[in-house]
Amino acid sequence: MTKQRTHSARTAWLIVAGLLAFMLLLAGCGSSSDDGGGGKELTKLGKGEGQVDLISWGGYVEPAWSKPFEQKTGCKVNNKVAGTSDEMVQLMRTGQYDGVSASGNATARLVDGGDVDPVNVDLVPNYKTIFSDLKDQPYNTFDGVHYGIPHARGANLLMWNDDDVKPAPTSWDVILDPKKAAEYKGKISAYDDPIYIADAAVYLKAHQPDLGIESPYELNEEQFEAAVNLLKEQRPLVGEYWSDLTKQISAFANGDSEVGTTWQYQYFALLEEGKPMAASPASQGFLPSEGATGWSDTWMISNQAKHPNCMYMWMDWIVSPKVNAEVSEVFGEAPSQSLACDQTADKEFCTKYHADNPGFWKRVYYWETPVADCGNGSSDCKDYNDWVQAWTSIKG
Amino acid sequence: MATEAVAPRRSVGHRLAGLFNGRPRLQVGALLAGPVGWLVIGYLGSLAVLLVAAFWTVDPLSGELVHSLSLENFKTLVDEPVYRDIVGRTVLIAALVTVTDAILAFPIAFYMAKIASRRGKAILVVAVLLPLWSSYLVKVLSWRTMLSSDGIINWALEPLGLHGPGYGNTAVWLVMSYLWLPYMVLPIYAGLERIPNSLISASEDLGASPFTTFRRVILPLSFPAVVAGSIFTFALTLGDYITPRLVSNNQFIGNVIFNNISTNLPLASALALVPIVVMVAYLLVARKLGAFEHI
Repeated sequence: MTKQRTHSARTAWLIVAGLLAFMLLLAGCGSSSDDGGGGKELTKLGKGEGQVDLISWGGYVEPAWSKPFEQKTGCKVNNKVAGTSDEMVQLMRTGQYDGVSASGNATARLVDGGDVDPVNVDLVPNYKTIFSDLKDQPYNTFDGVHYGIPHARGANLLMWNDDDVKPAPTSWDVILDPKKAAEYKGKISAYDDPIYIADAAVYLKAHQPDLGIESPYELNEEQFEAAVNLLKEQRPLVGEYWSDLTKQISAFANGDSEVGTTWQYQYFALLEEGKPMAASPASQGFLPSEGATGWSDTWMISNQAKHPNCMYMWMDWIVSPKVNAEVSEVFGEAPSQSLACDQTADKEFCTKYHADNPGFWKRVYYWETPVADCGNGSSDCKDYNDWVQAWTSIKG
Repeated sequence: MATEAVAPRRSVGHRLAGLFNGRPRLQVGALLAGPVGWLVIGYLGSLAVLLVAAFWTVDPLSGELVHSLSLENFKTLVDEPVYRDIVGRTVLIAALVTVTDAILAFPIAFYMAKIASRRGKAILVVAVLLPLWSSYLVKVLSWRTMLSSDGIINWALEPLGLHGPGYGNTAVWLVMSYLWLPYMVLPIYAGLERIPNSLISASEDLGASPFTTFRRVILPLSFPAVVAGSIFTFALTLGDYITPRLVSNNQFIGNVIFNNISTNLPLASALALVPIVVMVAYLLVARKLGAFEHI
């Protein structure tokens, strides 16, 4: 018995030692294959390659408009749905995809990492009629070079239950000012993502001007700390952090949440269920006094795209008026194509989502990737990795 | 025709049989090559790759991995108080769930093993297994609905002037205890089944009170089974991240790994080491307590 045990113990140690050696071997020779990225854009559209491999948000590539695309171009659509911006970046780095519908908090990372190529907008005829305030934005155009085609946009609204929250709030202070927010302790709903730190920065930009915040995505040490501390004070008051929208809809419908940040989609979904929801009215420009964060998604093309012609055809297809109207209505966001507003099934759709109201979008800070080198020359901004670490410490 | 087609295949089989005949080592080797290869390369190998990543870092500008050895991630884990809190919370809830399940499971298992009729036994085994037939997510989401402020728990407690726990650590503890209970009942049931009834009769004949019989005979003999069950409940709680997400705002080790996996894989890998270390320590203690003696 004892002899057997020592024998098996020795075997176990041998296995452990072998694994350790294997690990060290791997750690030692882990090669870093870096290529600086292309910078080459397509100059002439050729024949389709027969298929296109996409990464997209759920609801962006649906058979209703991808099947007609296949019939028209002969490019078979293979779609991979990603859950977060981080996942999209990760998937694009595998080099197995032709393109991605990246939000602004992913685009700079993809460009910096050399994972995407510039887009020749002349090869995308429908680009011309895209809302002009979506073009040449800092998250889709870098050093004057276009890196993508705007897909659609949305804003993070302040939503509240009209029966419970009185008087109607006009500012984010109802959930971010520690004193005012205390009244709704345990009933506040906040977005569960590091990018939510930008919401605190938008609030501080208006309420603490001496911090000197310009963009909520370019925060130096002091500004970043102020935003993080504000969210740490908010933490005990938050009833629920939401990341998937069905979770938030159920929380507001049950009365677990009464006030918080939301997307237009959840707001209209709850109204349709007959819940007494309210959001900032037209008299306030549909947004709280500080403005709000939002997102604008961009179709980008991989620098390792195996089917670039099909990808260009897809980028043109998805912003064509009829398709852009369909995809926007399914997802619940404002179309990027100005001609799409005539094609929506719900004729009020563009008005509801403020698609053709540039004044509304002027007060929206679209998601961007926080990077250290933020244009002030000193590279002292907090990068996205810092944001993720801070988010962990905020939630505790 | 048919015999012609079959004949050559047979001879290959014969030759193979001849090769293995009288070579027991070769027989065993060929038999185990598949499963052992899978275990070492597919499972332990990928685990090793994951753990190696714990020593890498991320380039802050491009977000790409820097493949050089460094202990920075482990330093972060030790220095930042938030990670200590998260690890402490996770281990504490895992321990609480384990103790709760052991206390709940023992009487159920004892009734199943020693008191119930054969028919009753079969019904109880099915009843214990039944929750495992439905999806994990459905069960957690049902608890989410029950625990909500308009939920059935608050509705039932309201006449008594009480209020349910709401979402939070208590909710996580409740849901996890519910989820993993079958994994505790079954090993204890199996352990108690093995105790001969004659030992219990003998203890009674020698004048021991029921309590003494339990303390001196049943408990020591079934303890390894309890420890075996606790390995399941403890490990399953330690690794879960969906339940905390759905019924609380608190982060557990799994949540932080999930948040970091795509932006900072090295830190996520370093964090993944924590439950492994905790589990290895737990298994060593369990071995000392004799949990593996009957396996």
